[in-house]
Amino acid sequence: MSFEQALNKQGFLTTSVDALVNWGRSNAVWPMPMGLACCAIEMMAFAGPKYDASRFGSEVFRFSPRQSDLMIVAGWCTYKMSHAVRRIWDQMPDPKWCIAMGACASTGGMHRSYGVVQGIDNFLPVDVYVSGCPPRPETLIHALMQIQDKIRQHPTITLDA
Amino acid sequence: MPSTTQLAVLDELKATFAASVLEVTEHVGDVFVLVSRDTIIPVLTHLKETHRFIYLADLFGVDRFTAVDRFEVVYNLVSLATGTRLFVKTRVPEDEPVLPTAIGIWSGANWNEREVYDMFGIRFEGHPDPRRIFMPEDFEYFPLRKEFPLLGIPGSIELPNTTPDPENT
Repeated sequence: MSFEQALNKQGFLTTSVDALVNWGRSNAVWPMPMGLACCAIEMMAFAGPKYDASRFGSEVFRFSPRQSDLMIVAGWCTYKMSHAVRRIWDQMPDPKWCIAMGACASTGGMHRSYGVVQGIDNFLPVDVYVSGCPPRPETLIHALMQIQDKIRQHPTITLDA
Repeated sequence: MPSTTQLAVLDELKATFAASVLEVTEHVGDVFVLVSRDTIIPVLTHLKETHRFIYLADLFGVDRFTAVDRFEVVYNLVSLATGTRLFVKTRVPEDEPVLPTAIGIWSGANWNEREVYDMFGIRFEGHPDPRRIFMPEDFEYFPLRKEFPLLGIPGSIELPNTTPDPENT
């Protein structure tokens, strides 16, 4: 009997620490809802019972940046608001991810105007852009799954060491 | 066609302020009265006290982009006693965009006048709090003026610093 078979028989399995940590992280991505406009309504549906983000471990919307891992910027962001958004982003602990939800957050969308930032990537490091005006909740779930994929491919421990 | 109550108000206004009512126009049932700039406060006070236009529904600016009397300020008045609506307009030149404030008549004019100042740069003399209302306070332009570009002037409004500030984090 090999060493691994012996471990399996005792109820153990072998894996890498990266895989274990990333499994945990990717299945408990707590979002920070940055609902700035109508996209926030779809974001609420995403968390609600019909679309049910809890299937992916992301139902816990944290209104405190200290407890969240993922900022969902839902809606258009003005220059005045951008300072508050960036400040909340800075207050989120690492590791953290960001979704630009909808056309306005991604590019400014139809708000082609002097007061609106033409895409939040002017001041935030965006991981996933979601198209749509507003995007359907399934689309946001897809974006969340993209974030999960990204987390799983990330060499957490090797990077830290 | 103006309603009979609108006509009665107009006739009385023309009789009382013959020199300051410059022009009366009518469009889809609404009546617009152009009043000279120096008598705007007496006219508005008279409309409120005599004809009970106690509700200032709106106050906004217009950039006509003309050489003479470039800016226009419009007061949208409603008389709750008769249900009549009346638009009172006045014009100010580009080199001296100043009007007396209407806060003494309707205190609700406060934020509207701040908005007109923010968007067109028309100053309201006697306003207790003449700050910008929408744009950042150090913004140097007036965005609803016709010469202002749609997408703004690059770099005129500051974006947040992307290096985290230790004091905020």
